[in-house]
Amino acid sequence: MPEKHLSSQFDSELGTVSTRVMELGGLVESQIRQAIYALSQFSVEVAQQVVTAEAKVNAMEVEIDRELSSIIARRQPTARDLRLLIAISKATANLERVGDEAEKIARMVLSIISSGAPRSLPSLELRVASDLASGLLRKALDAFARLDTSAALTILKEDDLIDKEFDGFVRKLITYMMEDPRMISPSLDLLFLAKAIERIGDHAKNIAELIIYIVKGADVRHAAMDEIESVVK
Amino acid sequence: MNMTLTTETAQRSKIAVKNLDFFYGKFHALKNINLDIPEKKVTAFIGPSGCGKSTLLRVFNRMFELYPEQRAQGEVVLDGENLLTSKQDVALLRAKVGMVFQKPTPFPMSIYDNIAFGVKLFEKLSATDMEERVEWALRKSALWNEVKDKLKQSGSSLSGGQQQRLCIARGVAIKPEVILLDEPCSALDPISTAKVEELIIELKQDYTVVIVTHNMQQAARCSDYTAYMYLGDLVEFGATEQIFFKPNRQETEDYITGRFG
Repeated sequence: MPEKHLSSQFDSELGTVSTRVMELGGLVESQIRQAIYALSQFSVEVAQQVVTAEAKVNAMEVEIDRELSSIIARRQPTARDLRLLIAISKATANLERVGDEAEKIARMVLSIISSGAPRSLPSLELRVASDLASGLLRKALDAFARLDTSAALTILKEDDLIDKEFDGFVRKLITYMMEDPRMISPSLDLLFLAKAIERIGDHAKNIAELIIYIVKGADVRHAAMDEIESVVK
Repeated sequence: MNMTLTTETAQRSKIAVKNLDFFYGKFHALKNINLDIPEKKVTAFIGPSGCGKSTLLRVFNRMFELYPEQRAQGEVVLDGENLLTSKQDVALLRAKVGMVFQKPTPFPMSIYDNIAFGVKLFEKLSATDMEERVEWALRKSALWNEVKDKLKQSGSSLSGGQQQRLCIARGVAIKPEVILLDEPCSALDPISTAKVEELIIELKQDYTVVIVTHNMQQAARCSDYTAYMYLGDLVEFGATEQIFFKPNRQETEDYITGRFG
């Protein structure tokens, strides 16, 4: 938002709430990284840290929503201000959900460790998908900060890659389970893990769609890719 | 610049403004205005002071002709007739195109006579018919229940909000086709404002309503179409929802979001 409002107080309120979303994004990103690290290292300690920090994510979401309601009540925003605030509200909800996924991964890691599952499980193969997912979320947050619609478009396309990785991983798990029925239980844990990672990609995609909503005023949530491209260009 | 509305259901236009220029002496107050005011809808004009919105409103019933140094060029077509060149009696035009001003302007007479006065100029009604007409106009203006027991009292004994609704009732009583409202709520408290806004929405069932307002939220609340004017130009004209959600012009967006400097 380059130009200034007549009310500098309004500018600073919008600035503050935008900064808070970025802080929440940063925290959630680190939660994912930690959760994935806990998975690759089978670290109880790191997994527990992630579970503890989830409370902070929740508190930040509540705080951002409170600030948003206050701005809407006092300023009656219109046009791009209105779109920005609606988008911030939805982006916050998406980030909080990403936080939930990170927590889910951490809890799953704890459960796999306590069940004493063999390390021959293909947990490392989740690495590709999880790097993709956390990278995508970072890109989405960067693009959100800069209101960059062409970056948003790239993110929407990249989410397909994560979905493909997920499908490939599921096929691999099926093979493991068929080879050795004792692997079924830990493999199911891994399946949930993979699903959580895939969901992170979806949330990043939702945030990217919100960028287009703010800048272009178009709701592209259920639009085909060529429609979205024509909105953005 | 042509500002024809492109909504899915093309609205029938009540007033068509074509290439309208307006001058106060040498000052060029309206510059080549083109727009269609849709029939039986509420159209709002917004813009900073001096942008020409009240001037435009006053062209619609030739109110500007009261002042010799003011002139309008172009076309303002009402029901197929250019009212700027029309030989039609201006009193008849104003019966068709009523106006309510910023400050309530009740006549110094009873509530009843405030309404009946205008009707008598245009129609010969029996006493019973006149009573019916007065009640009808007061009901239409959501004032009947508040004044029905004191119709003989002076119009100026009413509160500001009631006076403004009385003025609207006076306009409605002669059954106009268009009602022009120039800042009708700027002197009213929020409750009276809410009542007038309710009334505006009621009125559009039968009339074409044009409102000038400095209160953007008011335009957002009660109009169907909004025009943004700046320095005598019509910058943007569109459905109110579109103007307040995603205006097409940067100037409009800056104004409605309060970035206007």
